[in-house]
Amino acid sequence: MTTEPLLEVRDLHVDIPLSHGRLHAVRGVSLSVGVAESVGLVGESGSGKSLTLRALLGLLPRPARIVSGTILIDGEDVTGLPAKRLHRRLTDTMSMVFQDSLTALNPVMRVGEQIAEAPLRRLGKSRGEARAIAIDLMNKVGIADPERRYELYPHELSGGMRQRICIAIALSTKPRLILADEPTTALDVTIQAQVLRVLRQLKQEEHVSLLLVSHDLAVVSQTCSRLYVMYAGKVVESGALLDLIAEPRHPYTFSLLRSVPDPDHRVDRLLTIPGQPPDLSQAISGCSFAPRCPFAVDACHHQEPALEPAGAAGVERRSACLRVDTAERWSEMVAEEAVSKQ
Amino acid sequence: MSAATSVGPVVPAVPGARRRSRGRWNAPLVAGLILFGLIVLCALCAPLLTSYDPIKQDLTNAFLEPGSKGHLLGTDSLGRDVLARLLYGARVDLQVGVLAVISPFVIGSLIGLIAGWFGGWLDAIVGRVVDMVIAFPFLVLVIALVFAMGPGTTSIYTAITLVGWVAYCRIVRGQVLVAKEQEYAMAARASGLPTWRILIRHLLPNVLLQAVVFTMSDIVLTLLAIVTLGFLGLGVPPPTPDWGTMIQEGQQFILDKWYMSTIPGLAVVLTGLALALIADGIVEKANR
Repeated sequence: MTTEPLLEVRDLHVDIPLSHGRLHAVRGVSLSVGVAESVGLVGESGSGKSLTLRALLGLLPRPARIVSGTILIDGEDVTGLPAKRLHRRLTDTMSMVFQDSLTALNPVMRVGEQIAEAPLRRLGKSRGEARAIAIDLMNKVGIADPERRYELYPHELSGGMRQRICIAIALSTKPRLILADEPTTALDVTIQAQVLRVLRQLKQEEHVSLLLVSHDLAVVSQTCSRLYVMYAGKVVESGALLDLIAEPRHPYTFSLLRSVPDPDHRVDRLLTIPGQPPDLSQAISGCSFAPRCPFAVDACHHQEPALEPAGAAGVERRSACLRVDTAERWSEMVAEEAVSKQ
Repeated sequence: MSAATSVGPVVPAVPGARRRSRGRWNAPLVAGLILFGLIVLCALCAPLLTSYDPIKQDLTNAFLEPGSKGHLLGTDSLGRDVLARLLYGARVDLQVGVLAVISPFVIGSLIGLIAGWFGGWLDAIVGRVVDMVIAFPFLVLVIALVFAMGPGTTSIYTAITLVGWVAYCRIVRGQVLVAKEQEYAMAARASGLPTWRILIRHLLPNVLLQAVVFTMSDIVLTLLAIVTLGFLGLGVPPPTPDWGTMIQEGQQFILDKWYMSTIPGLAVVLTGLALALIADGIVEKANR
């Protein structure tokens, strides 16, 4: 990409102070989102993906805090701005869609008013204009009969409807980037598909960028063109969605892809990843995935791999693995091991 | 319900939608409201229900028993009609009771809201002050403050506000601590709304219910405090009728004229019961 990315994060560290020491939850994440680009951030629970997202809007749950890191908007470093202006700048650029639409909506306020609130209070619109904007947004996110639904309370709507309302609220500040934190996890699969379609349409029609956090590869692959894979508070691999799925260049991505069924490649057994993610309150020596990695060698336990360009696909492809040069043979290696075990 | 019958890809509304309209009334709430309504009505219509002046003395007709001709509840030691004093006393006591709850409610809720939201040193200071006030029994502190400021309604309002706000502060602060971690509070912050707007429009309506319920029992407590102050001679200055003063005046004759203290005492009990029933009813309604 030649132009400046809309949002760039460099070396973000988030800590959670504990009674004994501290939990280093996000350990140097860097990522970027281009204009009108959909980017996915995947990883298992506790990998720090949600914290990364929340840190971007200053919404970290207490007592988590940002230790260091730089946020650039349109190539401009905003981290040094005074707190108030920083918050303003961030909220002008981005909005957020949360996982659970029931708790993300104010239970005692009509949904329409919640959408109209930001236009009314922030963009200085009149009451009538704000209402018109809200109804227009409700149309945009696929809510039929918005005039009537405007008057309803959150508990009177279904989960899918509520999540659409949340997306409409996120759009009401006219953001250029929507941060979505597992937006479909609480929904049925059919409703998931509808909500994802809304997000895709917004990207096409409104040129809104999307940073989607999910643990579900299927959700991400339906929506995003580029992926970051996080493990134990770090990005371990990044690249274009199709490249990454076709040719994983990190054993974690490789194992993750092997652990979900793929209709195109029949396998007898789905792979599981043995062990557990590392305890982030302890110092980690070497690669954080090494204890669970089927391809780890001695060096992996001592030497921490850097996130470096990987593979022939070009600049957009990065992986943090010492054994990345053996990636092409990983499938064979796993197969051989399975044979030798029998 | 509306959402279930509509067009479009809508799943029927969650069960909560219907429950809301069904749980509107319940027995304690109805009973409490009727009882309290009657008491308020009696107080409002006092001039219609009795032709006597509550402060006019008639020493020739002192110490009449209840049921005497022309005096339904008898007369007191100065020959004043007890029914008239009871009705006009209700006006004074209810008015002071309700007003004396409003300012602690408003002040305590606001302090609790702000302390809970901002946390940090502000919360720590408020917490210490609250602990200090709570360390003393409510009545003892109120009596001491009124004694220091001198009797009268202004002293009563001030004393009860100074002591009473801590309860509301604690309730609201606790609720805010829970609510501010809810995603709707985060969502409001994420859309960049001004802080006061988030506090007033998003948090306050969600945290106020507990405080409102407590208001009902607090009115009972305040009423008792006012009556107690009257009994101790620190309340509404005589000759204005007030239930506490009436109980105190009857106390000297308690052995042979038991009804002089008992009748205003019953009024206090009935009012307290009505408010307690309303409080129960609100809790039940809210929990449904």
